[in-house]
Amino acid sequence: MENSIYLDEARDPLIIAEGWMKDGKEVAIATVVETWGSAPRPVGSHLVIDADGDFHGSVSGGCVEGAVVSEAIDVIDSGKARMLEFGVADETAWQVGLSCGGRIKVYVERLG
Amino acid sequence: MDPYALKILNAERRARRAAILVTDLGDGRDRIVREGDQVAGDLGAAIARAFRTGNSGSVEAEGRTFFLNAHLPQPRLVVIGAVHISQALAPMAKIAGYPVEIIDPRTAFATPDRFPDVALHAEWPEDVLKRQPLDSYTALAAVTHDPKVDDFALKAALDANCFYVGALGSRKTHAKRVERLLALGASADQIARIHAPIGLDIGAASPAEIAVAVLAQAINAFRSRGLDAKGAAA
Repeated sequence: MENSIYLDEARDPLIIAEGWMKDGKEVAIATVVETWGSAPRPVGSHLVIDADGDFHGSVSGGCVEGAVVSEAIDVIDSGKARMLEFGVADETAWQVGLSCGGRIKVYVERLG
Repeated sequence: MDPYALKILNAERRARRAAILVTDLGDGRDRIVREGDQVAGDLGAAIARAFRTGNSGSVEAEGRTFFLNAHLPQPRLVVIGAVHISQALAPMAKIAGYPVEIIDPRTAFATPDRFPDVALHAEWPEDVLKRQPLDSYTALAAVTHDPKVDDFALKAALDANCFYVGALGSRKTHAKRVERLLALGASADQIARIHAPIGLDIGAASPAEIAVAVLAQAINAFRSRGLDAKGAAA
């Protein structure tokens, strides 16, 4: 992908989250806060989720987004942030995990 | 996340200014720190490091765990002069992660044939920089040798606090340039920030080698932002 010097507003998760908030939607923000080994998205990457389960951005190469979205909907309901961990060492590796062999930690919080 | 923090963060990002979102992973409270804001202690040191490197990560400080999400603008390189050096510099800089724009009003030099796949402006720097101002996440290399083209851009780069300002030319050429920039109203401190002769001293001989020296010097300037100021304060 080209490195634009300006934000790609149509695809930027944090810009989209702000837009959703202005539209009165409830929003959760998921952030990669730690990675070990090979991980597809760097620390700081965002996935933003609304209460209907719509999402933008990514925290992995599509491996764990489904699980993060369902956790995010709980976080929107409860207002309580959660720390999620994914990796091949998990019991659930074959359902939700990183086939690349890495591990990631994802912080999920409600906006507001 | 605090909705107000998100608004501030996005406004800073749109304006191409660096900001760090600091989140206390214990209680979820967060705040925005802008470049230049003073933060004390271990947390402050970690924040300064994150501004310099652009790397996000967790840090233990004051018995708490903070996550620092560093949002740095995409750094870029503006080259004044569509010359032989620029032909080598443009693709190299792009590979290194610094998108390039080239400005040269001399239409014989600034042709798409000579510069495929580069943002090229066959216009005066005065006109281009009015539309797309320089900023502190922009490096500027002036390589035309021609005061009519280079001088305005150099003064603009100093005023915009570009993280790197380099100018091609011998020491003798530069001495004359210093006189002209002083006449344009630049201060001696500002002028001291210009790297001239341009490029790290690697004995570069060919235009492509000079391009390597310029790119390396620009990267060095980018990755040592803020270090000089701290050294002076200590």
